[in-house]
Amino acid sequence: MELGKAERVGLDVVVSTMASDAHTWNLVFLQLLLEELGHRVTNLGACVPDTELVAECRRLAPDLIVLSSVNGHGFIDAQRVIPGLRACPELLRTRVVIGGKLGITGTDDGSVARTLRAAGFDEVFEEHASADELRSFVRALSAAVPV
Amino acid sequence: MTAEPASPTVPFGDHVARAHARGSLVVQPRMGMSRPDRMRAGLRATRGAAASTVGTITVDSYTRTGDTAAARRAVARGLALNGYPITVHQPAVTRQVLRGIADDGFPVQVRHGSARPEEIVAALLAAGLDATEGGPVSYCLPYSRVPLNVAVAAWERGCALLAEAQRTGARPHLETFGGCMMGQLCPPGLLIALSVLEALFFRQHGLRSVSLSYAQQANARQDEESVIALSRLAAALLPDVQWHIVVYAHMGMYPLTPGGARLLLREAARLAVRTGAARLIVKTTAEAHRIPTVAENVTALETAASAAGAASRASSARASAPPPVGSRPVEALPAGSPTAGSPAAEAPDTGIHAEASALIDAVLDLDPDIGRALVTAFARGYLDVPFCLHPDNAGRTRSGLDADGRLYWSAAGAMPLPARPERGSPPILGSDGLMAALSYVQRTFDRRARTESARHPRDPRITQTTDRGEHQT
Ligand code: B12
Repeated sequence: MELGKAERVGLDVVVSTMASDAHTWNLVFLQLLLEELGHRVTNLGACVPDTELVAECRRLAPDLIVLSSVNGHGFIDAQRVIPGLRACPELLRTRVVIGGKLGITGTDDGSVARTLRAAGFDEVFEEHASADELRSFVRALSAAVPV
Repeated sequence: MTAEPASPTVPFGDHVARAHARGSLVVQPRMGMSRPDRMRAGLRATRGAAASTVGTITVDSYTRTGDTAAARRAVARGLALNGYPITVHQPAVTRQVLRGIADDGFPVQVRHGSARPEEIVAALLAAGLDATEGGPVSYCLPYSRVPLNVAVAAWERGCALLAEAQRTGARPHLETFGGCMMGQLCPPGLLIALSVLEALFFRQHGLRSVSLSYAQQANARQDEESVIALSRLAAALLPDVQWHIVVYAHMGMYPLTPGGARLLLREAARLAVRTGAARLIVKTTAEAHRIPTVAENVTALETAASAAGAASRASSARASAPPPVGSRPVEALPAGSPTAGSPAAEAPDTGIHAEASALIDAVLDLDPDIGRALVTAFARGYLDVPFCLHPDNAGRTRSGLDADGRLYWSAAGAMPLPARPERGSPPILGSDGLMAALSYVQRTFDRRARTESARHPRDPRITQTTDRGEHQT
């Protein structure tokens, strides 16, 4: 991936799903999108166990962790996973965002996002969040992160 | 438990074969809820649908991945899962779910997506069921990060458990998921090869009744050619087991509109009828959005059945009814299957059969043990699924979609494919290119629905905006 001239040196990003979720087209899509913005992506693939997610994130010390889940268990899984990430001193301030189809009913009154933000996520992209919202978030972040 | 017969239902394979002989397509939902009472209501509604149906218990993602503890916690907290946690609920509870429903005339299949199926197979046998689905490759690569050789060994044990039940009079049935893989963007030659190889694996491990899957892709003619190729290969390679073909309604990004979803489902039903397939797994108008309700599933079953009925009436009007391809009447022939007759569809040969045969032969040549042959084939890249992130997949192949939705190889990696003119066609590029390819079917059918509803504004089959019903979980 060639870097745009005006782009800053890219961020290190981990793209992952959680232990119960086997869907990967979402991960492949997010990886391509982030790479096109000039960032370096490590894609952890399907069904990432909690311990492996934490270990890989500690090892890679990324600027951003992008979690994606679409199987409908994401809301439950995310509440279990985020304390584990935040419990690591080196990941306490790392930006962690999540998106996808987080429940099984397709609708939600915003309580999913509120609960997950309160649990430690920096941003929660609702089901119909466009790729553009992630793009703007990442642009803002890469402008803010010191290089 | 031991007092009860191992298999209270009519054998799954026999049931489908009989329906096929009668000329009716068996339709089946994807359905699973965490609560036993809801699961029971769903099975009852499936049985009551105005269609020739079989029932489904779809297992939730925690149970699939072996995390029974997480499934148990969720059940204890009353959280709704995306399927039925069959290893959490006691066998007696599952028997209660099935009582009076899964008796003669209504077999129920367990669909689960587990790379290590032993516990799930043990649980379904304990509940008196004996039909399930999967395969050492198709339930590993798209569903897990379990090493392929571990999944192969686990599936050998899973097959052995099922095969053992044959000794107590059960007639276990196992369906390959190999005809689906990542749901979309895998060219049909590889889907067919994997479906056949998994069926051969099941047979090598003692199964006597199998079905071979194929998931509807993005071009109707290509799909017809593919299902016919699959039938021909099954007939040639599985002479001594009972088998039938099962078509899956599209397994990739589904149309967003109810009209588009219904058109796509009807096309899947026509595909099944035209190619002589015996069974169809449906998708609902909720597919692109969330887990469907029971009512949405019933509507989908009935939509598919009516489309299938219309298609078979049309084809028998055109010619005398096509000989059954997929399976045969068990009464006449207790084992083995028919040779492929000439189905209604006459898709031109673009080389899919040759491609699938070349892959199957290359794999079978590697080792007489099919499990070992599959592991070696993936290690060498003879089999290589495009866009699959699993560590044991070589990842050197790429596919593309042409303007008509036909799938082709843009990069064949190390796969021993016969020379094809498509080779060297443009690859899918970037996130926009990927999204365009993934959403091709969705966009095509949503557009078709808009056009048709503009043309027939009163046709409820197209304009009806929502299928009513309480949410299932
Ligand atoms: C393909 C597919 C599969 C394939 C996956 C192959 C693979 N390895 O990827 C197979 C067949 C294996 C599969 C299996 C299952 N699936 Co599935 N699958 C789909 C399907 C048809 C398409 C998903 C897809 O690939 N989309 C393409 C990608 C690019 O889009 P996406 O995933 O929607 O992600 C987009 C957005 O959500 C967003 N996004 C996603 N993550 C993030 C993260 C951030 C930070 C941001 C900003 C945005 C974002 O951006 C993406 C691009 O727009 C959908 C239904 C549909 N959409 O039509 C069901 C669906 C996702 N599956 C579903 C389920 C439940 C399952 C199963 C549990 C089986 C079952 N019970 O039916 C198993 C999963 C097993 C497991 N352990 O998890 C449900 C989920 C229900 C829910 N959430 O309410 C769906 C919605 C179908 C349904 N209606 O029931 N599936």
